[in-house]
Amino acid sequence: MNITGVTAQCTEIAMSVAAAPLLLGWVNQCRAWLQNRRGPGLLQPYRQLRKLFHKDAVLAANASPLFRLVPYVEFASMGLAAAIIPSLWTGLPFGAAADTIALVGLFATARLFLALAAMDIGTAFGSLGARREMLVGFLAEPALLMVFFTTSLIANSTSLPTIADSFARHPLALYPSLAFAGVAFLMVLLAENARIPVDNPATHLELTMIHEAMVLEYSARHLALIEWSAALKLFNYACIGLALFLPWGLAQGPADPGGLLIALPATAFKLLLVGAGLALIETLNAKMRLFRAPEFLATAFLLAVLGLLVHLLLGS
Amino acid sequence: MAPLPLQIINLCAALMLLLSFAMLSQRRVLTLVDLFALQGLVLSISIGVVAWNTGQPHLYYSAGLTFVLKVVALPLILHRLIRRLDARWESETLLNIPTTLMAGLLLVMFSFALAQPISELATTLTRGTLGIALAVVMLAFLMMITRRKAVTQVVGFLAMENGLFFAATSATYGMPMVVELGVALDVLVGTVILGIFFFHIREQFDSLDLSHMESLKED
Amino acid sequence: MALLILLGMPLAGALLLGLLGERRWAPELNVLASAGTFAASGWLTWRVISDGPMLVWNQQFFMDPFNVFLVALTALVGFTTALFSRPYMRIEEHHGRVNRRRLRLYHSMYQLFMFSMLLALTTNNMGILWVAMEGATLATVLLVSLYRTPASIEAAWKYFILCGVGISQALFGTILLYFAASKLLGSEGSSALLWTHLDQIRGQLDPTVLSIAFVFLLVGYGTKVGLAPLHNWLPDAHAEGPTPVSAMLSGLLLNVALYAVVRCKVLVEGSVHSSLAGNLMMGFGLLSVLLAAFLLWRQKDIKRLFAYSSIEHMGIATFAFGMGGPVANFAALLHMTVHSLTKSSIFFTVGHAAQNAGTQTMDKIRGLVTISPTVGWGLMLGTLAILGMPPFGVFASEFLILITAMHEHPWTTPILLLGLGVAFGAIFSRVQAMVFGETNLQRLPHPPVLLPVFAHLALVLMLGLYIPPHLAAWYREAARLIG
Repeated sequence: MNITGVTAQCTEIAMSVAAAPLLLGWVNQCRAWLQNRRGPGLLQPYRQLRKLFHKDAVLAANASPLFRLVPYVEFASMGLAAAIIPSLWTGLPFGAAADTIALVGLFATARLFLALAAMDIGTAFGSLGARREMLVGFLAEPALLMVFFTTSLIANSTSLPTIADSFARHPLALYPSLAFAGVAFLMVLLAENARIPVDNPATHLELTMIHEAMVLEYSARHLALIEWSAALKLFNYACIGLALFLPWGLAQGPADPGGLLIALPATAFKLLLVGAGLALIETLNAKMRLFRAPEFLATAFLLAVLGLLVHLLLGS
Repeated sequence: MAPLPLQIINLCAALMLLLSFAMLSQRRVLTLVDLFALQGLVLSISIGVVAWNTGQPHLYYSAGLTFVLKVVALPLILHRLIRRLDARWESETLLNIPTTLMAGLLLVMFSFALAQPISELATTLTRGTLGIALAVVMLAFLMMITRRKAVTQVVGFLAMENGLFFAATSATYGMPMVVELGVALDVLVGTVILGIFFFHIREQFDSLDLSHMESLKED
Repeated sequence: MALLILLGMPLAGALLLGLLGERRWAPELNVLASAGTFAASGWLTWRVISDGPMLVWNQQFFMDPFNVFLVALTALVGFTTALFSRPYMRIEEHHGRVNRRRLRLYHSMYQLFMFSMLLALTTNNMGILWVAMEGATLATVLLVSLYRTPASIEAAWKYFILCGVGISQALFGTILLYFAASKLLGSEGSSALLWTHLDQIRGQLDPTVLSIAFVFLLVGYGTKVGLAPLHNWLPDAHAEGPTPVSAMLSGLLLNVALYAVVRCKVLVEGSVHSSLAGNLMMGFGLLSVLLAAFLLWRQKDIKRLFAYSSIEHMGIATFAFGMGGPVANFAALLHMTVHSLTKSSIFFTVGHAAQNAGTQTMDKIRGLVTISPTVGWGLMLGTLAILGMPPFGVFASEFLILITAMHEHPWTTPILLLGLGVAFGAIFSRVQAMVFGETNLQRLPHPPVLLPVFAHLALVLMLGLYIPPHLAAWYREAARLIG
C-alpha cells in the first residue's frame, strides 16, 4: 500500500459519498420528466440534507443509545462498501480487503442495525417496517449471493475488482448465465433500495411503506445521515451492477492517471444511464401489493439460480 | 471461447428454460399461449441454427415444421378457442407461485444431473443443452400437475412436446423425418381433439375448471 | 401384400365409415372390414409361420412370430368385438344414449383404432411405434367420450392427459435410444431407429443411456399397459366408454403397449448385461397385481371391477416377462392370449348385463341367469376362466408363471398367490350374486349376439386342455426371440 493507493482510495470514497445524492436527484428528476412534471431539480437531495443538518434533533424519551448510534453505523458501513466497490479504479488497496460475500454481509449488518433501531422506540410502525424490511432482506440476500456466485464462477474469483477486471478484458460473447444474473440483480436492486415495485420511496402510506416506516422516528441530523446512507446504498448497488455487467472503462489501478480520464466520464455516463433506466422502470410499473413481494424476490432468486445452473451446464 | 452458433444455441436453450418458468408462473391464459408461441419461436430458431451449422437439410424442414406448427398454427387455434369459449379469465394455481417455482428449480437440478452422463457421451455440438431440454419437459409436467384449468393443461402438454423436440435436436440433430412428421401430426390432431373437448367440458360442467371433474374417484 | 391388406383394410374402413357411417348398414360394414382384417392377418400369420420372419418395404415393417401372433390375436378380437358391437350399439341407440352421428364417429374411430394398433405391432421403426401408440390414444379418447356424459368426458380427459404425459416420457426414451444407436449406425436415414438394426448391435449400445432410456420407456408405455401407480386412467376409461371399447382396451390396447415394453426390454437386456430391466418390470408387475387385487374389493361398478382385474392380469404378464427365460416368456405370451380372449368375452356379457339392468352398479344387477341364461352363464364361465380355475387356459398360464417364480424368485410366490387369492374372493362373490338369485332386470329390445363370447371361451378352454403342437412351437419360437 503506497501513498498513491491511499489517495486514490480516499478519492473514490469521497467521490461516492458526494455523488450519491446527485444520483438520487437524477433518478427523481428523470421520473418527474417521464411523468410530465417539472421536478425539483438535480440538487434537491443536497438541499434536503442541508436543511436537516441545520435542525435540532428530537429523540423519543425511551430511545436507547443504540438509536442514536445507528445513523452513524449506517453511514459508515455504506462508506466502507463504497470503498470496496470499484467505481473508478479496480486495483485499489481496499478492494482486496473484502470479497463479494463480505460485501453482502456488510449490507446485512447495515440492515440489521436499522431494523434494531426501528424497533428500539417500540412504536407500531417501526416494528412493522422492520419486519417487512427483514422479510425483503431475507429473500433478497440469497438471490444476491447467487448472482455473485455465478459471476465469481465465470471470473474464477470472488473479489469484485478482479471480477470486473476479468469481464472487461474478456472478449465479447453471449453469456446466457450473465443475462439471468443481470436481471436477477436488477430485481434485487429494486427491492433492496425500496424502489417501485417493491416499495415506494415517496409515500408515507402506512399500509404499503417499508423503508419509510422504519425511519419515521428519526429527525434532523440523524435523519440526514440515514437518508444520505440510503442514497449511498443506491449508488453502491448501481456501481456493483456496473462492475459486474458493464465493466468497461474502469481505470486499472491508482498508478494509471490516464485511466482516470476515461473512467470518470465513463462511470458518470453509465450512472446517468442507470438512473434514467431506474426512473423508467419505476414509471412503467405500479407498486405491488406487499404479499406479492415474496413472489417478486422468489423470481429474482430463481433467475439467479438458473443463471448459476446454466453456467454449470453449458459453461457459458 | 465457444463458436458463435453454439453461443446462439446456448442462449436459445437458456431462453427456453426461462420461458418454461415464465409459463409456470403465468396466471393469465392468453399470455400463457403467447409465451408458448414464443417458446416455439426460440425452438425453431435454435433448430435452424443447428441446421445451418451442420448443413443437414432435414433439420431445415424440421425448423420450418416447428415454426408453422408451434408458432403459427397451435397458438392461433388456442387463441380462437379461448375467444370462442370466452375463457380469458385468470387461471389460478394449486400451490402458490414461489413454492411452484422452487419445486421447478429442484426439477431443473434433477434433470441436469440426469442428463449429465448422457451429455458426456454425445458427440454433437449441442450436447450440453440436453439437460435443459429435459428440464423443459419436467417443468411442463409440473405445470400440468399444478394447474386445474383445461387450457393450461393443454399448453403444458404442448410445452412438453417442445422440450422433447429440443431434446431430439440437441442429442442427435433431430429424429428421422418420418418420425418427426408423425409426432407433429399427433400433436396437431391431439390439439384439435382437445379443442373439441373444451366445448364438451364446458357444455357438461359450465366451466373449464377441472376441479369440477372429480366424480371418478376411488372410494 | 398380406400386410398391405392388413393395414389398408381398417384404414379404408375408417374412411368409408367416416363418410357413410350414418347409413343403417354401417355396423355390418364395420364387421366386414374387421373380417377382412382378420382374414389378412390369418394369411400373414401363415406366411410368417411357413417362411420365417419377414422384413418388407424398405425394412420399415417387420414380422416375427412374436408380433404376428399378436397381430392375429388383435385381428381376431377386433373381429369378434365388431360382431358383438353390432347388436350392442343398436340397443344403445334404442335406449337413446347415442345417435347416428355419434355412431358414425364410433365406427370410424373403431377402425382407426384397429389400424393404429396393427401399425404399432407391425412397424419396425421405434419412432413409428410411438406415433402409432399415440394415434391409438387419440382414437380411443374419442371413443371413451362417446356418450358425452360428464363422467365420460372426465374419464376421457383424464385418459388423454395421463396417457399423453406418459407417452411423452416414452418419446424421450425413444430419443435416447436413437441417440445411443446413431452413434453406432449414423444418423443418416432412419436406420438407427429400426428395431432389427438395433437388435443386431444391442451388445454395443451404451448401457448408461439405455438404462435411462428404459426407465422412460417403461414409465411411458407402462402407463398405457395400466401398470400401477400409473393406472388411474384405466378403470375410468373402461367404465365410461361403450362396452365394445372397454373390451378392445382390455383385450388389445394393453397387449400392444406391453408388446412395446417387451420390444424395448429385449434391446436393453442385450446392452446392459444386468437384470435391471427385468427387475423393474417385475417390480411394477407385482405392485400392479397387489394394488389391483385390493382395490377390487372396493368397486361398485361392474366395468370398473373387471378393469381392475385387467390391471391385475397385465401385472402378472409384465412380471412374467420381467423374469424372462423360455418358460416364463411362453407363459406370459399364453397369458396375454387367454386374458385377451377371456376379458373381451366377459366385457361382452357385462355390456348386455348392464343393458338389462340399465345401470352398471353391481348391487342393482341380480339374477342374470333367469332373464337371459346365455348372458348369465357366459358371465359366470368367463369369470371362472379369468380367475384361473382349471381347466381354462388362464389356469395353465398362471400355473406356469407361479412355477417359474417359485423356481427363480421364491419370495415373489406368496405375493402373487396373495394377489390372486384376494382377487378371486373379490370378483367371485360379486359375480355370483349378480348371476343367480331373484331377478330385477328387463329384457333387451334386440337379441344379443353371444357367439363371440362362447367362441372365445371355447378357445380359452381349448388352450387350457390342449395347446396344438404348432401353436406351442410358435409360442416357443416367440419366447425364444424375446430371450
